[in-house]
Amino acid sequence: MLFFSFFKTLTNQTVTIELKNDIRIRGILKSVDQYLNIKLDDIEVLDLAKYPHLSSVKNMFIRGSVVRYVMLPRSEVDVGLLEDATRREAANQAGKAR
Amino acid sequence: MERLSLNESPAPAPRTPQQNQQFSQNALGPAGPQPTGGPPQLPPQMFTTAAQLLDLTDKKLVLILRDGRKLIGVLRSWDQFANLVFQDTMERIYAGNLYADVSRGIFIVRGENVLLLGEVVRSTPQLLNSQSPNPLLQGLWKLQDIPARNSANEFSIDLQDLDREDDIPPNLTRAPFEEVFALKKKEESKRKTGDKKRYDELQALGFEPEHSGEILF
Repeated sequence: MLFFSFFKTLTNQTVTIELKNDIRIRGILKSVDQYLNIKLDDIEVLDLAKYPHLSSVKNMFIRGSVVRYVMLPRSEVDVGLLEDATRREAANQAGKAR
Repeated sequence: MERLSLNESPAPAPRTPQQNQQFSQNALGPAGPQPTGGPPQLPPQMFTTAAQLLDLTDKKLVLILRDGRKLIGVLRSWDQFANLVFQDTMERIYAGNLYADVSRGIFIVRGENVLLLGEVVRSTPQLLNSQSPNPLLQGLWKLQDIPARNSANEFSIDLQDLDREDDIPPNLTRAPFEEVFALKKKEESKRKTGDKKRYDELQALGFEPEHSGEILF
């Protein structure tokens, strides 16, 4: 659930999402859910010429399972805090497993 | 119920029967616990699959499946896995700078095959009041259980014109299905041979080709 919470802190930021079929979409992150399904607003498709079917789409719902990368604005991510949280989460998980 | 109200608000004055009735109505309503300090947070129900899909229900969407199909239709129902029901669906195929539409009817799509859903025609906020030009909007306004009217006793609703033609990219032309389909077949086989060659070369070098287990377009 760590990354779900993390993405929730990034709502209303501009992110770029690369899908597993290489489409890259930039847009404003509107919402995210437990499966990391993502809703983007005001989207812009990089390399639109290759994907004409997306030219009239302005906002979209992306299924979490098809996302390869989410590129985030550097200024909005506290890397130190995220590292700490990740390690704490990993320690918790390890503790549960034992 | 009584005790709950005592804990939440300072000593309520004795109520008349009428006030009592009002109170019980409020208690049935969605009024949740008051936030108790800390940074303001969005209600958690905003961050569920259901909340995300609810906004898209009854709208004309383009649905892209994992096998590369593009379906355009009206989203009528869904569940937490993004299993979807689409009505009045058209499949649109693209090849080169041509496209063609095939009418397909109703679709029930298993969630795992969904790549993305996009709103084709942007919905526009329309003001609801007694002077609304559209009879449907007038009817909606007349309903008494409308939430959140503003001070002028009107409110706006996001509506999409389902009959409006979709925006067609300016550099694309419509062509007969057979023609587009043949061209698409040709493009696909060309890409497949290219992919095969690349995969073979990668495998010879000891690399496992990316998403070799599933087909993605």
